[in-house]
Amino acid sequence: MSKQNVKSNSELFSMTYGALVVQLLDDFESDDEVNSQLDKIGYNIGLRIVDDFLSKNPSVGKCFDMKEIAAVLALKMYMGFTATVTDWSPAADEFSLVFDGNPLAEFVELPQEKHGNLQYSQALCGAIRGALEMVHFEVKGTDNEIRVRLIKKLDDHLPATED
Amino acid sequence: MTVYYTFIINRAGGLIYEYDCCPRAPDVEISFNYPIDLKLEMIDNRPTVVFGEKNGVQVGYVVIECNGCPLAPGGRIDSADDDSLAKTKSTKLLDYLADEANYPVLLKFWRPTLSTNEKIILSSMFHSFYAISAQLSPVPNSGGIQVLESTTYRLQCFQALTGNKFLAVGDPTCPPLDQLLHKLHELYSDYALKNPFYSLDMPIRCDLFDQAVQQLVERFEKSGVLLV
Repeated sequence: MSKQNVKSNSELFSMTYGALVVQLLDDFESDDEVNSQLDKIGYNIGLRIVDDFLSKNPSVGKCFDMKEIAAVLALKMYMGFTATVTDWSPAADEFSLVFDGNPLAEFVELPQEKHGNLQYSQALCGAIRGALEMVHFEVKGTDNEIRVRLIKKLDDHLPATED
Repeated sequence: MTVYYTFIINRAGGLIYEYDCCPRAPDVEISFNYPIDLKLEMIDNRPTVVFGEKNGVQVGYVVIECNGCPLAPGGRIDSADDDSLAKTKSTKLLDYLADEANYPVLLKFWRPTLSTNEKIILSSMFHSFYAISAQLSPVPNSGGIQVLESTTYRLQCFQALTGNKFLAVGDPTCPPLDQLLHKLHELYSDYALKNPFYSLDMPIRCDLFDQAVQQLVERFEKSGVLLV
């Protein structure tokens, strides 16, 4: 029947992701292009993984507030790490997710002189953006201490126009 | 304990999956003498019973065979005319039945089932009804239709937060179909969304998904409860 949550070694995922990043660095000329490709890959993963998350966490209902979104994002279901929510903006539409260590960059040392602009874990930001878009929120995330900012609430009853 | 249909409707109201295990009523064959005691009319280009009941044939049944020969599209009878060798004459069934010289006549009746196009149309209609029911609600922040009940079936709908709707149509005596729908959502995320060659919002054509849904429905019909 349906697959249970398969636990896998996080090192396998880290190294697979590392291989992906290295391949993208070979394929593209500049770090900015690699960043946008990682974001796009993460976005496509996020569009699909949100249904998996919701089907396995029936208690997660519709969010009506950014604080609820932050609480849900802090869950450690996929990465095995919990995130801390800090640095709320005064308008309460922006917050930071601080991970206990970057789960994707466990064995990674970036060569700063050659790839100073590379956002290594940009796929994570893309995944958050894609997942939240499927539940009618538009957000923006950036790497290194993921900062999530609400852009707008998409209309519930109409398909998202950005598709 | 019967589940008749399972549907998945995407966010735009398009039918992306349907699992049909509606039991098929057997065809009924009846010999008639003049005048025929069932009233037939052409509906949707098919000769359909509009009045009268006989041997299990009811209003809505469609004639598919006449004297052992399948009807041509449009409810016509193809027959070789005896007085010219190769000529084929095509007669409308209703005209044929109006002529007493053709009796006794043997007709076979079929209870129509939903075609794929009809399911697509009905899914779009349900999508609109769902949105309308949320807007008509006297209470703020209402969801749409969750249970729709009739004397012969019960339809239950679960809309995931992502906007996809999971529908199941079952016997009125079925236990609540909520568990089935949530399990269907799990299967959808496992077998459809994790398939890298499946495009979002497109019809699901995955054999693994079909098999998983079939097993799920069979287990539900057997016990009515779904445990991990």
